[in-house]
Parts: sequence; structure tokens; C-alpha cells
Amino acid sequence: MIRFTEVSKRYSNGHEALSRISLHLPVGDMAFLTGHSGAGKSTLMKLVALIERPTNGQVVINGQNLSKVKRGGIPHFRRNMGIIFQDHRLLFDRTVFDNVALPLIIAGHGRKEIGRLVRAALDKVGLLSKEKVYPITLSGGEQQRVGIARAVIHKPSLLLADEPTGNLDPDLSREIMHLFEEFNRVGVTVLIASHDLDLIRELEKPIIKLEQGYLAHHGAIDAVDRVNG
Amino acid sequence: MQWIESMVRDLDKDMMINPSERGGRRSTRRGISIKGWLNNYLLRHVQTFFYTLGQLSSRPFSTFMTTAVIGIALSLPAGLNLLLKNGQEVLQGWNSATQISLFLTQKINSKEAQGLASKLRKMPEIASVEYISKESALAEFSQHSGFGEALDALEHNPLPAVLLITPKNNQEQPGKIAALVERLGKRSEVDIAQLDMEWVERLFALMAIGERGVLILSGLLAIAVLLVVGNTIRLAIQNRRDEIVITKLIGATDSFIRRPFLYTGFWYGLLGGLIALLLLELSLTLLAEPVRDVAALYHSSFQLQGVDLQTLVILLGLGSFLGYFGSWIAVGRHLREIEPC
Ligand SMILES: Nc1ncnc2c1ncn2[C@@H]1O[C@H](COP(=O)(O)OP(=O)(O)OP(=O)(O)O)[C@@H](O)[C@H]1O
Ligand SMILES: [Mg+2]
Repeated sequence: MIRFTEVSKRYSNGHEALSRISLHLPVGDMAFLTGHSGAGKSTLMKLVALIERPTNGQVVINGQNLSKVKRGGIPHFRRNMGIIFQDHRLLFDRTVFDNVALPLIIAGHGRKEIGRLVRAALDKVGLLSKEKVYPITLSGGEQQRVGIARAVIHKPSLLLADEPTGNLDPDLSREIMHLFEEFNRVGVTVLIASHDLDLIRELEKPIIKLEQGYLAHHGAIDAVDRVNG
Repeated sequence: MQWIESMVRDLDKDMMINPSERGGRRSTRRGISIKGWLNNYLLRHVQTFFYTLGQLSSRPFSTFMTTAVIGIALSLPAGLNLLLKNGQEVLQGWNSATQISLFLTQKINSKEAQGLASKLRKMPEIASVEYISKESALAEFSQHSGFGEALDALEHNPLPAVLLITPKNNQEQPGKIAALVERLGKRSEVDIAQLDMEWVERLFALMAIGERGVLILSGLLAIAVLLVVGNTIRLAIQNRRDEIVITKLIGATDSFIRRPFLYTGFWYGLLGGLIALLLLELSLTLLAEPVRDVAALYHSSFQLQGVDLQTLVILLGLGSFLGYFGSWIAVGRHLREIEPC
């Protein structure tokens, strides 16, 4: 699903955020992206979502070489993935319902179908009673869950989450992570950037560890523990 | 849980077809017929149409400011054009009262002059011909001028015989009368052919300048409307920067993002056109009474023409077109600058 070959990313200010990264995340897998702040986790996510383009190397998503995706093709490319942002990125002048419905509206679904899917997704994240309120009245955790509902509503084949549990208490974090696991179980490929090593250990999924832009480890978390002592 | 189950079913179906291709262009239109898609497409347009109107009415003050500027800009050339039309109407009336004086040469005797008069009466462009002999011209002149005695002292009557010609009423263009005057003046019997109301023609010429002026003004003010709408939309785009970024991240196409701004521009233009209409009607109402008074002085029943259907259609049509177009320019310039990061 995700294949990086010798990928480097240098920002316009000259800072090299990613250096010669090669990795492969097969279809249907779930992995955690870890590393210290500034290690390049968000940059890697942005390359996958075509928010940034690599300076060197090749990114292939779902069999599609991203260097071949032109500007006009980006919207349709993004519709195959669900992205959860660290800062939620909700529309504050639309209701929770309208926020979650947005991917379906953009893709041109019918009104009835939208209503059914949005309610099902809100139910899944425990916010069905909040469908008519505006996001500004929600807590940070609730906003994050609206963002999650929006990211999965259109049944993406790839789910990207950049520190999705940053604002959540431990119980809620666990719940959300298990929700991702549930999606993964039905075939969605999931990549989550996270610092929460305890939770990562609990879910027993492989990790991709970045250190100052380099790939430090890709595999089971225990190996990291052994290295770090 | 029902939702998750149906999702599993969908995904499994995809996996069976080709696991590595899952995702790809699978996506959104699966299971939606062309007709359904078209319906949704139209529905989205209709929704945007009313959604943007709702947005404008939710901030009435700023909407009014923008549309009022557009309205004033549109009403100026439209109003001047209406006044010109009315002026032409007035002149048309005067033009039909125009007379041509043919001063005959001294060689022509009264029999020849009357023969010429009856010949001219048969011309299709001429309504009537009145013959004024040298003698009656002299009598009239000495009566009115006070030079009677001086004239008596002269051996010969110095005044020419005159044919007073009234052209047919249906002469629409002043140019036709001028041509008639020129033709008559070339006849050997005629010394001088003179249009009594040449100033009407001069006014027509001035009107033509006025028309050209209105045209230029219309062009300038159309550009002003484009700029006003363009600037308003540019600000709206800046205000919605976050929203644009977010919808782009979710996979919105440029045309999806553009659509509400284009409709907003359309509404600005249309509402501006309506305000222009109101301003015109108001001005005409204010002018109607003094115009009636002036007309009464000239024993005329002239009335100011109001806004006709043509003006109405042009105002609203051009207004909404300029609004849409101005927005289109602004959106094209500024939407590309906003990219997620
Ligand atoms: N747009 C940008 N322009 C220039 N430098 C950038 C830009 N975005 C990120 N960087 C730099 O690239 C490096 C990696 O940033 P990135 O956001 O990928 O880190 P991260 O691993 O997501 O960190 P965090 O855990 O704090 O979110 C950092 O040093 C950052 O300063
Ligand atoms: Mg980050």
C-alpha cells in the first residue's frame, strides 16, 4: 500500500526533514510511526497524502507512483484515504453532522445515503447526540473524534492519523486506538504517528521509528526496547 | 456495528476482485447510476445556489454595502441612457415640425414658381408646399420689419419668391431631411434651400456624442463592478482560507471549492442590478413632475418614459454576468495560492 524508495525531503529553507527513507507497508497492515519531535513523522505523512512532494526518491501508494499524479489528480487521489490531523482541522461554522458529511458531499453522494452513513459513523465514535451542535462547543477529545468520524466516513482504503490521541485521556486513547484496530481488521491499511509507547506495546503492531529524518527501526517494538535498553 | 459489518462486506468484495488494486479508482461513484449522479450534481448546484444566498442574507449589512456600490455603478449609465432616449423622443417630435424654405432665383416668374410647387407636391418625401409670391413676401416684410418706406423707395422688389416645404412626418432620421434639402438646393430654380430648424440636427449630433459618452461610461463602470466584486470575493476567499485548505485535504476539486464563490458573485451582481432598477425608478419618479410642468409650457403632453423591459433585462442580465465574471477572475487568481501544508 505504501512504498518509499530512497525518499528524501528537503524543505525550501534547506532543512532536510527526511533522508533516504525506504520502507514498505503492505495492504491491510497497521503500523505506528514514532520518533522524537522533529524526527520527520508529519513530513512522512504529508508525502503520503501529497501535501508535500519528495525532493528525491519515489513514493508509491496503492500501486500509484505519486510523481505521476498531477495537480488536477490530487483530489481524487486523496479521496481514497482518510486523514486525521493533530489539530483536528474542523470547519467551525458547520455542525458536527456537516463536518462529518463533507467527504461524502465532495464525492457527490445522495442525501439519504449521507444521513445514514454520518449517523452510523457518529454513533461509532460516541457522538450521535452531538450531530446538530457546532464543533466549538465540543471538548478537545470530542473534536478529535469528529475528525476521526470524518476520516473514515467514506470507507477509505488507507487511514493516516497524525498523533490522533494527543488530546485524549488514557481511557479514550485506548478506545480510539482499538477503533483503528477494528478498521484495520476489516482491511483498511492504517498508519498512526504516535508517542504513546504503552499503547503501542499493548496493540502489538510493528513500528516505524524515525531519528532526525533517518529510518532507525522498522519492525516489532520489542527490538527497540532491546536497543534502548 | 451494522455499519462496520456493511463496510467489511464492501471491502471483502473489493479484495476478491483484486487485493492490490483495492482503493485506486474504486471509490465514490460505484453503485450510483448516471442518472442518480446527474441528479446529485444538479442538486448540489441548487443547494449551493441557495446556500450562498443564505450566507449573504446572514450578513445583510456588508451584503448591502457591496450590492449598493454595484447598484449605483450600474444605475448611472442606465439612467443616462434613459434620459438620452427620452431626449431623442422629444427631438423626434420637433423634427416632424421642421420646414424647408426654398428661396427661388429672381428669374423665376410666378407661373414657373407655381409649376415647381405642384411638381414638388408630387414627391413622396414632401407633405405640403406653400407658395409665397414676391409680392406677398414684400407685403409681409414691410408690415413686420418697419422698413416699409425704405422698400417703397426701391425700384425693384428685392425679395425672392419662397416655397415653404413641409417634409412627410415619417422621416425618422434627420439625415434624410438633410439629403432632401441638399437635393432641392441643387435645382436650377432654387437659389438657397434652408432648413428652418438646423439646430435640431445639431442637437441630434450632440446626442450622438452623448450616446458615445454613455457607452464609454458604461465600459468604465462595468470594470468598476468587476473590481468591486473581485475584491469582495478576494476577501471572502481569505476569510475562508482554513475551510479551503481543509476541503482540499479531504479531496475537494477546484470546481467544488470555486462554486460557492461564483454563485456569491452572481448574487452580488443580480442584487446590484435590482438596486440599480430601484434607483432608476426613484429618480424617474422625482423627475416626472418637473418634466410634466416644462412640457405643459410647450403645450406638449410629453411624459418621461420609465424603465422598459429591455433596460430591465439588460440591467439584471449584465449585473449578474459581471458579478459572476468578477468572481471568476478573483477565484482563478487566488484559489491556486491556497494549498494545504
Ligand atoms: N514547512 C516546513 N518548512 C521548513 N521546515 C519544516 C517544515 N515542516 C517541518 N519542518 C522541519 O522538518 C523537521 C521535521 O518536522 P516534522 O513536522 O515532520 O516533525 P514531527 O516528527 O512530526 O514532529 P512532532 O512530533 O513535533 O510533530 C523539523 O525539524 C521541522 O522544523
Ligand atoms: Mg508532527
